[in-house]
Amino acid sequence: MSEPKKDKKTVINVKNLVTHYGQRKILDGVDLDVKKGEIRVIMGGSGSGKSTLLWHILGLYEPTEGSVELLGQDIHNISFNDQLKLKQDIGVSFQSGALFSSMTVGENVALPLREFTDLDENTIRIISRMKLEVVNLGGFHKLMPSQLSGGMIKRAALARSIVMDPKLLFFDEPSAGLDPVVASEIDDLILSLRDTMGMSMIVVTHELDSAFKIADKITVLDNGKNLITGTVEEIKASPNKRVMDLLQRRSRHDKLNPSEYLRRLTQENYTLS
Amino acid sequence: MWTFQAVERVGFAMRLLWDSFYWLLVGRRYKQKLRLRQVVEQIRVNGFDAVPIVTALAFVVGMMLSIQLLYALSDFGAESQVLLAIAKSVTREFSPLITGVIVAGRSGAAIAARIGSQVVSQEIDALKVIGVVPVRYLVLPPLLGLMISMPMLIILADVMAIFGGSVFGAHQLNMSVSAYMVESFNVLVVGDVMQGLVKSVVFGVIIVLVGATTGFHVTGGAEGVGRATTSAVVISISFIVLADMIASYFLTQ
Repeated sequence: MSEPKKDKKTVINVKNLVTHYGQRKILDGVDLDVKKGEIRVIMGGSGSGKSTLLWHILGLYEPTEGSVELLGQDIHNISFNDQLKLKQDIGVSFQSGALFSSMTVGENVALPLREFTDLDENTIRIISRMKLEVVNLGGFHKLMPSQLSGGMIKRAALARSIVMDPKLLFFDEPSAGLDPVVASEIDDLILSLRDTMGMSMIVVTHELDSAFKIADKITVLDNGKNLITGTVEEIKASPNKRVMDLLQRRSRHDKLNPSEYLRRLTQENYTLS
Repeated sequence: MWTFQAVERVGFAMRLLWDSFYWLLVGRRYKQKLRLRQVVEQIRVNGFDAVPIVTALAFVVGMMLSIQLLYALSDFGAESQVLLAIAKSVTREFSPLITGVIVAGRSGAAIAARIGSQVVSQEIDALKVIGVVPVRYLVLPPLLGLMISMPMLIILADVMAIFGGSVFGAHQLNMSVSAYMVESFNVLVVGDVMQGLVKSVVFGVIIVLVGATTGFHVTGGAEGVGRATTSAVVISISFIVLADMIASYFLTQ
């Protein structure tokens, strides 16, 4: 784990991001500043807004307020052509893998090359196989996604996300649902991609071991707010109660007040706690 | 609430149609090129693969019409007119309607299920972050595929329905099957066939737009995909019948 140098350029800059689902505020003024070559882990409990933040950074949803700059360009306020060019510098590995079920693994990995480059079929095939080798899936190009295990799907999705040699790489729960050995392999892959290809990454996860292993910096979200940002050591040493709860896997209802709990359940305008 | 949702869905479908042709025209400029291979594949899946069922049902419908019309027209001693009645009704009405219903059941359901499951499994999001416009990749190919294959299916259905009618009718009219067929084609004018062809293109567009719209609005996982598939078929058939009535009115003026 190497901390990025302080003079490195900012490649992901999120300013005062606010978003709502209906009346409910999901993100409440989140700021994020990721430097070149940095691995930033976003942590937080379920419903803290981690994945929502990721989708906004990727431009899949429009925020109510705030801005997201990727490689110096505002993802929500650029022309289609500029957005298209920017997307070729971005790779995303989804929680479910999101491999196209009607295509083979090789076709999945080759898709961005087929769509956005003028490379001939032979070159595309070789590059896709190279990327599959990088994620230890050499020889699996002819299989369908339904024939792969959970860990293999994540690795194939990773191969697809790096096929265009992006500058920014995003992961949504890369090791969720995997056994510790496979999860550790994914973590090693993430580190080796940063070290060999110099990519900057945002990793959304709630796996503590994984986060501590790969993170240069960790941002902890709570109720849509940026609770704390710091190095692994800083996060571990944080006196903040919510951070300590998260690190020690303590339920927020451990010290529930029974009378307050009953009052909330029985009130007319019952809302989320 | 229900009305608002229905209007919103119709608006969404219209937007899909507009976007499809927009990307067809300008796609190359924005690296959103239509792949001919995808269109050919859609013609195969939605058109060629429907040939057996369209052939069989058109034949049966033609024979059924022949039986009913011979019975009804015999009251007036006008059995010889059965040939004209079948040829006109089949080309103008029954072939496009029957084919539309069959294709809605096969392809409309398949489009809704495919897009719906891609929504659920985040494949649509994956396309977006890769930079592929989902409408260009998922809606335009089946749209063009059905706009090309539906008229072909209609011509096949026309021929098979008239043939079906001849199998029962020729014997009743003391004609040979070939003479019945030739006479049927002679009574047809270009407008009769064109009416069916125009309707078929409209039905093809309805099937794809309804399938895609219900697919893109899937919520609730696998169960939601099932609901979308059923809705796509029911809504497509309803719109096909409605569009058929409207087209019949204007095309017979």
